[in-house]
Amino acid sequence: MKEITVTIINNAGLHTRPAATIVKLASKFKSEFFLNKDGLHINGKSIIGVMTLAAEKGSQIVLSFDGEDEEEAANEIVDYFNRGFDEL
Amino acid sequence: MKEREINTVIKGIAAAPGIVIAKAYIYAKEKEEISNEMITDIEDALTSLEVALEQSKKELKKIFSLAVDKLGEKRAAIFEAQMMILDDPILVSTLKKRIQNEMKMPEFIVDSEISKYTHLMSLADEAYMKERSHDIEDIKHRIIRNLKKKKWRSRIESDVIVVTTNLSPSDTVLFSRVNVKGYVTDFGGLTSHAAILARSLNIPAVVGLHDAMSKIHEGDELIIDGYKGVVVINPDEKHLKEYLKKIDKLHNYDEELNKLKDLPAETIDGRVIQLEANLDLTEELEYLVHNCAQGIGLVRTEQLFQHSEAFPDEEEQFVAYKDIADKIYPNLVTIRTFDIGGDKVLPVDLKEPNPFLGWRGIRLLLDSPALFKTQIRAILRASSHKNVRLMIPMVTSLEEVRESHKLIDECKKELHKEGKQFDKHMQVGLMIEIPSAAAMAKEFAEESDFLSIGTNDLIQYTLAVDRGNEIVSKLYQEFHPAIVRFIYHIITEGKKAGKRVSLCGEMGADPFAVPLLVGLGLESLSASVSLLPHIKKVIRSISYAEATELGEKCLKLKTEKEINTEMHAFYNKKMQDQIKNLY
Repeated sequence: MKEITVTIINNAGLHTRPAATIVKLASKFKSEFFLNKDGLHINGKSIIGVMTLAAEKGSQIVLSFDGEDEEEAANEIVDYFNRGFDEL
Repeated sequence: MKEREINTVIKGIAAAPGIVIAKAYIYAKEKEEISNEMITDIEDALTSLEVALEQSKKELKKIFSLAVDKLGEKRAAIFEAQMMILDDPILVSTLKKRIQNEMKMPEFIVDSEISKYTHLMSLADEAYMKERSHDIEDIKHRIIRNLKKKKWRSRIESDVIVVTTNLSPSDTVLFSRVNVKGYVTDFGGLTSHAAILARSLNIPAVVGLHDAMSKIHEGDELIIDGYKGVVVINPDEKHLKEYLKKIDKLHNYDEELNKLKDLPAETIDGRVIQLEANLDLTEELEYLVHNCAQGIGLVRTEQLFQHSEAFPDEEEQFVAYKDIADKIYPNLVTIRTFDIGGDKVLPVDLKEPNPFLGWRGIRLLLDSPALFKTQIRAILRASSHKNVRLMIPMVTSLEEVRESHKLIDECKKELHKEGKQFDKHMQVGLMIEIPSAAAMAKEFAEESDFLSIGTNDLIQYTLAVDRGNEIVSKLYQEFHPAIVRFIYHIITEGKKAGKRVSLCGEMGADPFAVPLLVGLGLESLSASVSLLPHIKKVIRSISYAEATELGEKCLKLKTEKEINTEMHAFYNKKMQDQIKNLY
């Protein structure tokens, strides 16, 4: 089990396109992946779930990974957050 | 509870000819009503859910492919996200689990489960989250609608007259597949697509009755008279007898028309008019080969594929067009490229304020070259036996014509390279349905192989009247002097350029209008196949010389009323013997 806190750094925030990309990335891995924010515990493999997260620029999200490939999953997904969803 | 009507006569608009007596089936559209009934068959409910999800996916795929073309990947992302929702493993498994555990209707579970998410979104402060919740609502409604459709289809009975508030084109087609006897609706006019389809399927219809739904009960016996626009609810003996007699006479008249089957549509003084059929449904194909059609003057390709949820690919289109071309061979078929409006493909937040003046017909096709070329290639490939023509809708300026020719040439080169068969000289024609094109008929004729007058749109655009808008629909004057003159102008300019001019709007299907059109010089017309025998009868009853006189007279008249009077007087005089026994 890995927990990493990430900050939203792109201007538009966690809008639809990055939400879709996050889910696509997460689906490649066997590990369970959750996003935690404001008391919400969202399954990262569910697009409708991720879309319910309102995350503006500057907000923080705790990502949790659990499973055999949690290292790789965490690396790839955290990297995507840190790249500002490729929108910087 | 409404009272049962006895022998009540109500009047509406005669939308499709024919008389029929049958029981009423009330088709009430339960719009967003969610039933929370318990279910007994869990397997069936799970299958329904899967089918509805699959169906929704197909619909979205079609929207998505066009949205990408027009809006770019970025804005189209919302459709991609919606498609992903339909595949969302967490959501789908939760829906299935809840159906199994709670044993409620799938539509109830879908509504309740997805609403949880939209509720969360609407609680957020950010404005974009409220927008997003609308998007999710949209997908929820799509799934529910698809769930209901399936349920409805299995419920409909055969051999009934469908009574409803308003009928969509897809309803009309769905009903026709279960052998519906007739249609009765409270709203809608003569030129609504539903009415056009009812006519081409030969199903009598009376529309615009306003109080049919409040007066008619499920199971009432109805007579509908699609000639006069009359509906009789629970008729008495006298009415029944009278109408049975009429049906008998019509039957005889049909037999008489049948005798004309192998004779040409030729006036008394020897002018032959080419009669072709409009084709909206592949179901009509067999029927029209047997019914006077000397070819197909108009295939509305957007109607042909309206039930395939995704945009049909080249192969699917090719198979459909080739099938038509083969069945009608050696006669010709004119295939019109997609005439779809932006309203069919744009996302909700991009609704056009005035779609009739917006993104439709050739404009949409030229903006979506991938889509357009797929269709051109399919039509070209279907032309290998040299009996296919391509027709372009909604042209307003020559640039559009030239641009289209360029794409057609590109497609020819590609196909040639690929070694595929096609007619190198396939004719390319234009729909003349916009005043700018009508005024420039000369130039449009010179830059194409043929013209076809689309009267419905030509009237609507020339008179600036939306034919679907009941408030102004009485200003929709089919025989406005400006229209009669436009038609004459187009025919004359086409002839001067040595090009064939045809007419494929509803006007060509109006027996009263036929003598005038012949008199204006028209040599070819295309109409719903069910009306062709009657039109042939009219043509065989008149002389070209007299029709020309009628045409000349009408070109000088100044109001629609005068023209109408003239046309009807002519028709009644010529057709009296044939029709007086009918009514």
